[in-house]
Amino acid sequence: MGPFLLVTIQVDLYDRLALNLESDLIQMVNKVESKGVLIDISAVNIVDSFMGRILGNIASMSRILDANTVVVGMQPAVAITLVELGLPLRGVRTALNVEKGMELLRSMISPEEAGAGENIQDDTVIV
Amino acid sequence: MILSLSKDEMEIVREQDVVPFRNRVREAAVRIKMGLVNQTKLITAASELARNMLNYAKGGRVRIEVVSRGRDNGIRLTFADKGPGIVNIELAMKDGYTTGKSLGLGLPGAKRLVNEFNIQSEAGKGTTVTIIKWSNG
Repeated sequence: MGPFLLVTIQVDLYDRLALNLESDLIQMVNKVESKGVLIDISAVNIVDSFMGRILGNIASMSRILDANTVVVGMQPAVAITLVELGLPLRGVRTALNVEKGMELLRSMISPEEAGAGENIQDDTVIV
Repeated sequence: MILSLSKDEMEIVREQDVVPFRNRVREAAVRIKMGLVNQTKLITAASELARNMLNYAKGGRVRIEVVSRGRDNGIRLTFADKGPGIVNIELAMKDGYTTGKSLGLGLPGAKRLVNEFNIQSEAGKGTTVTIIKWSNG
């Protein structure tokens, strides 16, 4: 019970692909009863309003399924652009890198669940 | 006066066209040594406008130009579609206004990310959006 899901996005996603990621991920959260989702976007050069909305959706959907979402590795230029675009990603927790993101996820769940959280599932998206 | 130094055109008719289009814009921006932050802003704006064309006009054509004005170099993108047009441009430029199911950030957000933004639209005829990002702008 309670593994974390680690998703690494390694390509620029077009919209359909991003929507698939959203639904696959949420179904996986439910299937493995995940307590946390870590999304690594360090290889993503562009987050536009669509991709930003997907990240926000994943966070709110997994929240309803009792899982926390942390987005890690955002490039500084992407952060600058998102704020100017008008999409400050409120409601999405972020951390600088995967390690700090994992720490944050662990700190968000209760101690007895944390013990079960060692089983990390890596679902790298390669298209 | 703005001079056009090179010109490239492509059609955007499917979602999958957006990623290669963004790559072409990036190549042009790299060629004129645009900094990473400005590149990211330009490509994000381009992505918003390309998506608008797909969602509201079933696609259109984009022209990618390297332009110069005095000592400044920049990238000019012209998005032209033959869609339904925008009846009320003033409203369409407002944050949060949408006729679709998006966040309504596309047009106003794209405008904030570039240096020059021009939109012309005629109901029933189509919409043309032109943006310029200067290399050091």
